[in-house]
Amino acid sequence: MTAAPTSDAPARVFRVFIRATPEAIWDAITNPEWTERYGYRAPMEYDLRPGGAFRARSTDAMRSMGGPDTVVDGEVIEADPPRKLVQTWRFLWAPELVAEGFTRVTWEIAPSQGGVTRLTVTHEVAGAPRTTLILVGDDEMGAGWPFILSDLKTLLESGTSLQGS
Amino acid sequence: MRKRTDDDRVFKALADPTRRFLLDRLHLRDGRTLTELESALDMTRFGVMKHLRVLEEANLVVTIKSGREKLHFLNPVPIRLIHNRWIDKYTEHHVSALADLKAKLEESA
Repeated sequence: MTAAPTSDAPARVFRVFIRATPEAIWDAITNPEWTERYGYRAPMEYDLRPGGAFRARSTDAMRSMGGPDTVVDGEVIEADPPRKLVQTWRFLWAPELVAEGFTRVTWEIAPSQGGVTRLTVTHEVAGAPRTTLILVGDDEMGAGWPFILSDLKTLLESGTSLQGS
Repeated sequence: MRKRTDDDRVFKALADPTRRFLLDRLHLRDGRTLTELESALDMTRFGVMKHLRVLEEANLVVTIKSGREKLHFLNPVPIRLIHNRWIDKYTEHHVSALADLKAKLEESA
């Protein structure tokens, strides 16, 4: 896999199977006390109703790198706990990212077999090549969603994330 | 014998040149139909479907229905999990992930 992926795909899909209940996964996605324990560790704040605000607050590490207080903002489009969350997503770190505007993220949580739950994240990134690069990664697994979702699985299944908190 | 694990399924799926070729096609452009994937291979439709099923069982390919069509997406998460298990164990992972994020954000600026 050497060639760069095209950034004009209308959506990217990421799926992980986690040994946890749908409720536990819903909490881990929507509760800032959970989101600061995996991935990039930004506390995610959701007002879980249609039209409600979403924002990812900066971590100390991000601020020390010159990041803004809010790194991502957006709006809740649909909240159906613990099954489905649809939201918009816009990076605020640089003017060029802000200019790409809002992309759309759909989280789908479905019970699988044997106490395992399937989490699927669909990110509609058409027209947002820079956002795509950050969340998909130029090598498709260096960072972004695969990093966040694999760390979420590790945290929920083992109680510790990769950093070991 | 012990139960087949998720990792076993990923390695089995990757241990075949046709399946790696299908993943490479999706890596170049995601969200393809069976007909599109089939057109690049000298193989029956049924044969391609069988390979895609192995990739789907390994969670390396995710299919989404779009109207009458089924679109195939490359899912890199299982490869990332293997990477975490054998590589990140020995590195300061979080630090490098954040540095990488910063580099990408600045590339955008």
